[in-house]
Amino acid sequence: MTYIPISPNERDAMLETVGVKSLDDLFEAVPAKHRFPRLNLPPALTEMEAMQELSGLAQANENVQSDLISFLGAGMYNHYIPSVVDHILRRGEFYTAYTPYQPEISQGTLQAIFEYQSLMAALTGMDVSNASHYDGATATAEAVNLAYAQFRGKRKKVVVSPTVHPQYRAVIRTYVQGMELTLAGDDPNTNLDSQPDDLANLIDEDTSLLVIQYPDFFGRVYDYTKLIEAAHAKGALVCVVANPTALALFKTPGSMGADVVVGDGQPLGIPMWYGGPSVGFFTTRKNFVHKMAGRLVGETVDNRGQRAYVLTLTAREQHIKRERATSNICTNQGLIALGTAVYLSLLGKKGLRQVAELCYQKAHYAAQQLSQIDGMGLCFSEPFFHEFALCVNRPVAEVNAHLLEHGILGGYDLGQDYPALKDHMLIAVTEMNSKEDIDVLVEVLSEVSHG
Amino acid sequence: MNAPANLKYTKSDEWFDPATGAMGISDYAQSQLSDIVFVEILVDEGDTIEAGKPIASVESVKASAEIYASAGGKVAAVNKGLSDKPETLNSDPYGEGWMVKVEGGAPGDVMDSGAYEKYCEERSH
Repeated sequence: MTYIPISPNERDAMLETVGVKSLDDLFEAVPAKHRFPRLNLPPALTEMEAMQELSGLAQANENVQSDLISFLGAGMYNHYIPSVVDHILRRGEFYTAYTPYQPEISQGTLQAIFEYQSLMAALTGMDVSNASHYDGATATAEAVNLAYAQFRGKRKKVVVSPTVHPQYRAVIRTYVQGMELTLAGDDPNTNLDSQPDDLANLIDEDTSLLVIQYPDFFGRVYDYTKLIEAAHAKGALVCVVANPTALALFKTPGSMGADVVVGDGQPLGIPMWYGGPSVGFFTTRKNFVHKMAGRLVGETVDNRGQRAYVLTLTAREQHIKRERATSNICTNQGLIALGTAVYLSLLGKKGLRQVAELCYQKAHYAAQQLSQIDGMGLCFSEPFFHEFALCVNRPVAEVNAHLLEHGILGGYDLGQDYPALKDHMLIAVTEMNSKEDIDVLVEVLSEVSHG
Repeated sequence: MNAPANLKYTKSDEWFDPATGAMGISDYAQSQLSDIVFVEILVDEGDTIEAGKPIASVESVKASAEIYASAGGKVAAVNKGLSDKPETLNSDPYGEGWMVKVEGGAPGDVMDSGAYEKYCEERSH
């Protein structure tokens, strides 16, 4: 299909229709001196010169592949990505962010999305998955929309655990503007040692949704079964924000009774890049499927009785349901979702569990070694997955600057979100960190402590 | 196309039964929507509803529609079984497919079956 945005004939026809002679006439309303300002740009470079210039700039960046050892997580994690993932993502047939409407010409993409949905439903222990959101934060906010729609706006309160990712909580606050909802629990000054079951006290008959994170922002793992039961007793729904890698090792949110499970798919074979793009997964129970935002691919048979895939239950979506739809977002991250599906297929159930076990074991080795440094210590005593809060007893920025001099990307500064955790950093350890890497971290932090 | 004579009809294709206070969607409406896959009644028992205001939302394989009250009054009963069997709206729109019953129902802008049949016929041309 040829697509030429505008031909001279078409341009002239449009100019005639609006009643001007030339394109310049269109800009007459702009004062002449502002119309074509001199931009003071240097002379244009040749392709070869431009490439050299850009490569030089790119080399000034440091990255976790070749330059730095990373202990930074807090929502984005440095995992090994098998090279097959990238090879499949770069195939022209898949190279689009969009879900296809025409099953006649899109069976490959539709099947890939169906596989993605099946994998996500299995991983989270839920019935149904949509074909993705932008990222974990927006997927979480869409859970608020689902609960709001489920109670037809009659329940006005959402309880958000303070140990949900601070940026996810910020996105929820943005989404609920103008919805006349009250957010409870979303307070960084809350006692972070309090147990999740204490959140039950905030849930009442006016609560539509409880949002909790698993493992929580500090890496801690709790069995939320009782808390979820307590929320259900008040008629509220429960959304669990989950780390997908952790789900290979621990009880699924589905088996704990969650109504919605969301999270960021980045740990599943997607690079950290410069913080995105990523993919948000969203799974729920069958009875909420009509209130779920986003695309949904289903399996059916074609007119010859052969297995085929097609977008399904589209009447719930915004382009048909308009202002009565749960959400006005149906955009997805088709390509990145495909990347996670390829990653999961390559690793398989055992492979993913192996990744999760490596993360767990290495993080626990690191925590044990770091906690022995004089003047430092673990902040919490609960079981954790691959992240933990470490008290470094001096400004985290200072500590991280020192680590960077040794080629180490230090932990996330928790003081910026939680005043009580000033001088605490969140350290993430994955299968990418060797024992030697961890020992170097311990050594450099010991120097910091004594220096 | 079937429009029982004992019922009253709205221009938005809902019916009202003055004898029982029941209301739902017409045979014409269900055939236009095609296979209905989801229904959600938006009012509860005891609510006071106004003719012309939404009482339900339905989704078919190709469309989504808001269903409006054909009469005002106090909601005496809601057909709770419908959400599990939305296809009832296709198979029995005037019987098992009733949506809401009101007490002392005051019909809104309604017509009798003859006028409604003519109205549907005009639209199908």
